[in-house]
Amino acid sequence: MELIFERSHVGRGCSVLPACDVPAYDVPESLCRKSAPMLPEIAEVDLGRHYTQLAKQTHGVNDGFYPLGSCTMKYNPRVNEEMAALPGFTKIHPLQPVETAQGCLEVLARAESTLSEITGMDRVTLQPAAGAHGEYTGLLLIRAYHLSRGDTARTKIIVPDSAHGTNPASATMCGYTVVSVPSDADGCVDLDGLRAAVGPDTAGLMLTNPNTVGLFDKNILEITQIVHDAGGLCYYDGANLNAVMGVVRPGDMGFDCVHLNLHKTFSTPHGGGGPGSGPVGCKAFLAPFLPGPVVVKKDGQYDLQMPEQTVGRVRTFYGNFLVVVKALTYILTLGKEGIPEASTGAVLNANYLMHQLEGHYDMAYHGPCMHEFVMTLETLKKETGVSAMDVAKRLIDFGIHPPTMYFPLIVHEALMVEPTETESRETLDHAAQVFLEILQEARKDPESLHEAPHNAPIGRPDEVGAARHPVLRYTPVEA
Amino acid sequence: MNTPENLQYAKSHEWLKMTGEGTAEIGLTDFAQDALGNLVFVNLPEVGDSIVCGESFADVESVKAVSDVFSPVTATVAEINEELLDQPEKINEAPYDAWLIRVEGITETEELLDAKGYEAVCAEEG
Repeated sequence: MELIFERSHVGRGCSVLPACDVPAYDVPESLCRKSAPMLPEIAEVDLGRHYTQLAKQTHGVNDGFYPLGSCTMKYNPRVNEEMAALPGFTKIHPLQPVETAQGCLEVLARAESTLSEITGMDRVTLQPAAGAHGEYTGLLLIRAYHLSRGDTARTKIIVPDSAHGTNPASATMCGYTVVSVPSDADGCVDLDGLRAAVGPDTAGLMLTNPNTVGLFDKNILEITQIVHDAGGLCYYDGANLNAVMGVVRPGDMGFDCVHLNLHKTFSTPHGGGGPGSGPVGCKAFLAPFLPGPVVVKKDGQYDLQMPEQTVGRVRTFYGNFLVVVKALTYILTLGKEGIPEASTGAVLNANYLMHQLEGHYDMAYHGPCMHEFVMTLETLKKETGVSAMDVAKRLIDFGIHPPTMYFPLIVHEALMVEPTETESRETLDHAAQVFLEILQEARKDPESLHEAPHNAPIGRPDEVGAARHPVLRYTPVEA
Repeated sequence: MNTPENLQYAKSHEWLKMTGEGTAEIGLTDFAQDALGNLVFVNLPEVGDSIVCGESFADVESVKAVSDVFSPVTATVAEINEELLDQPEKINEAPYDAWLIRVEGITETEELLDAKGYEAVCAEEG
């Protein structure tokens, strides 16, 4: 399809600006750009069609099943959008005096208290704009804590080898050296490996539980104890909270701080730019270091203040506020009973689908899973040449979004499937049938799977070419 | 799979070629490049960096994943293969010509395998 720049015609457009009713201001020449920006000029009708056409090339939760492991692509209830569109939340400016924004501040305060309750933490900052941003913020708290005690020797962050790639990346960004600890045969943290890794240079451990292979680490209390005994802190990556939300709390597992992904667990849009939101919760002893401002209540009035030893702002104003409105709507809609029901439903759905595929596809780990499961297509690849990538691509032909591929790294030819609680039994049955059908195709006609998808608007994009020679900017063809 | 006889191999799929007294070249094996798939990015250490036996000294990125490359020796980086930074595909094309780094002052070497031993490890891993 044509790029929006290729649809552009000089002089066309869709914005009619009103006459200027304030004195004109001359911008100093040094601040002016030398040439006009290359913006497409296009009529509103063509603009609308352009984006509708683009939307038709994509697959979202509203198009079909989206079992993208580790991403919790659950349904985003419409009531969330309705609440976030209320004029009291949209026709407001972050610089407005606090006494005129009490309702918005109450949303922030209630979001903080409900998220604290769900995670077993004492305070929460809603500023971070995404999961990795939350990880980084959590690490800033850990660093600030050690430095406040004059402890400068703690330079290492321990991360299991099954971790999300963002964990070591965030730790490195924060100036830490990353120490990788191995997983045992069950995909859980190897306790001896962990004991050998901790020491007076340990700043902390980053862990997700259930872990990235979809198993709850039953040694979690021992793990957090080992790190605490060495003087380190424990950080909980909330990526997999959807498995345990309302059932067990990171705070009770021994974690000192945690990030959540509102765009995963709390039903706000994920992907397509979200935007995301990665609140960070912490125990009381870390609260003085939280980014600010935080909401406080004095004499029945909400106010904003900077925590005493704050690490500073991590984002402008108060984070992605309307995303918080949506997440709070979700929490209040589900309530105390609905929250654990959602996570147990997620675990049930994952086990239901896994059970239907077991015996046909090889599971990387045996026994019941949590909210997601990992299959290994290593044997299939050896026997037929059909890879995890081929199967994933073929799913698109059946209107199913591919699962997460080639992750976690400790499983070869991995496909990681997370159905979420919002899918019906019929959807899961259909998905299982499609998976089995593709398996038969792999045995009968492996060649055709290498070419899949066959019916999608885009076939196999050249991923290698895109990574080696990315074209990120439109350059007009010289006339 | 290609496994030259004149090289030594680590279980973590690096090859080591001794080039003189305490000096060597380190690269990724044919098995490793095949398992990783088309490489799109290589991150190398800097000349003068100390590398430690069994620890990561570089990483390689394919369209599938980013993977650490582990050092089979404790030594100092004498030279890096800058060509690979722009053309990581050279590792896919000729893994035993595409050395990642040259090292000097080797003080420790991990227990390495010969071609036959390494082939057995690969056969086990599939």
